[in-house]
Amino acid sequence: MAFWRVPLDAQEIQVIRGMVCIIDDRCKGCGYCIEFCPKDILHFSDKFNRKGYHPPVATKPDECVNCHYCEIICPEFAIYSVEIPAETVQK
Amino acid sequence: MTTNPKKLAKQPEHPLDDLIRTERIPHIWCPGCGIGTAFSSCLSAIKATGIPYNQFTMVSGIGCSARGAGYIKLDSFHTTHGRAIPFATGIKMANPKLKVIVFSGDGDLFAIGGNHFIHAARRNMDLTVICVNNLTYGMTGGQCAATTPNKAKSTTTPLGNPDAPFNLPLLAYAAGASYVARWTILQTRDLTTAINEAIVHKGFSFIEVLSPCPVNYGRRNKEKPLDTLKLYQDRTIIKNGADPARADIDFEKGVVIGKFIHIDRSTCDDRYTELHRPCSDD
Repeated sequence: MAFWRVPLDAQEIQVIRGMVCIIDDRCKGCGYCIEFCPKDILHFSDKFNRKGYHPPVATKPDECVNCHYCEIICPEFAIYSVEIPAETVQK
Repeated sequence: MTTNPKKLAKQPEHPLDDLIRTERIPHIWCPGCGIGTAFSSCLSAIKATGIPYNQFTMVSGIGCSARGAGYIKLDSFHTTHGRAIPFATGIKMANPKLKVIVFSGDGDLFAIGGNHFIHAARRNMDLTVICVNNLTYGMTGGQCAATTPNKAKSTTTPLGNPDAPFNLPLLAYAAGASYVARWTILQTRDLTTAINEAIVHKGFSFIEVLSPCPVNYGRRNKEKPLDTLKLYQDRTIIKNGADPARADIDFEKGVVIGKFIHIDRSTCDDRYTELHRPCSDD
């Protein structure tokens, strides 16, 4: 920890917030989004979808930074993220 | 019923829903198959070019990857086995304004349609060829293909493949392609950029996309889909401008990926117009 300094403009930087949307019935449970999410916010859910797979669920939805990686790695067009406008984010 | 006030009342649509035939989704590709990622990357690239959608055509042959032409909501053409490039050549010659994308697999483009590929590259037809290389014949049950690595097990080589595989970028370069790149489905953003460049590029562009086939290749070689992606993460070397001759697929010593060739060369259409249509106005 001691090696990291806080950037001088850390207070002014607006971290972009995203919302993960999952289309459960398209998911085939490959787990790519869960494995490669840089913030590690996705996990397999316990419920089944219509095809019998476990779709992912965002366990820490507030930590999404809208990087879109789940969206572009998903082979099923089943997950995507949308940006939450800064003014609606509650601190 | 949601109690989260931040959640929108209606879920917005997937950003690529305007380019896919949503009534046919979920598609036939197996869980963990990388073709879907390569396909969605291709759609994002089409979107990012900003060219009107009615100027695109997607052509594909036969195989797992070739089903892509049936899922895209553009003019598309699912052709006979191995003959995607001749059909695409015909489309391009008939209407040179179209951007023709060939989206097919390694078996279709290099085993059954190998000759068509090298001759289209030789003539520098203005096509964008995206080859999803899953190292096997996936749809027919995992037989040994022209791209199966040495010693890899398949249905027809249960003790391991004795032969060396094709080095696709070298083949494309040697035959005369003017844009050659290779990425895996894990480097999705680079792949999208490469497809975007290839669509804009005038001349024969070839992009090889390494993709896992967990059911018919991975299962026989003890690779789970996530293991294959880990392999792509750990054993690939990104080297833009590398010599394609060094880009053979051997995960033991590392696979070179990146953009290998990007040169300008007169296309088939330019030369044909110059020689055979000397009086044409356009």
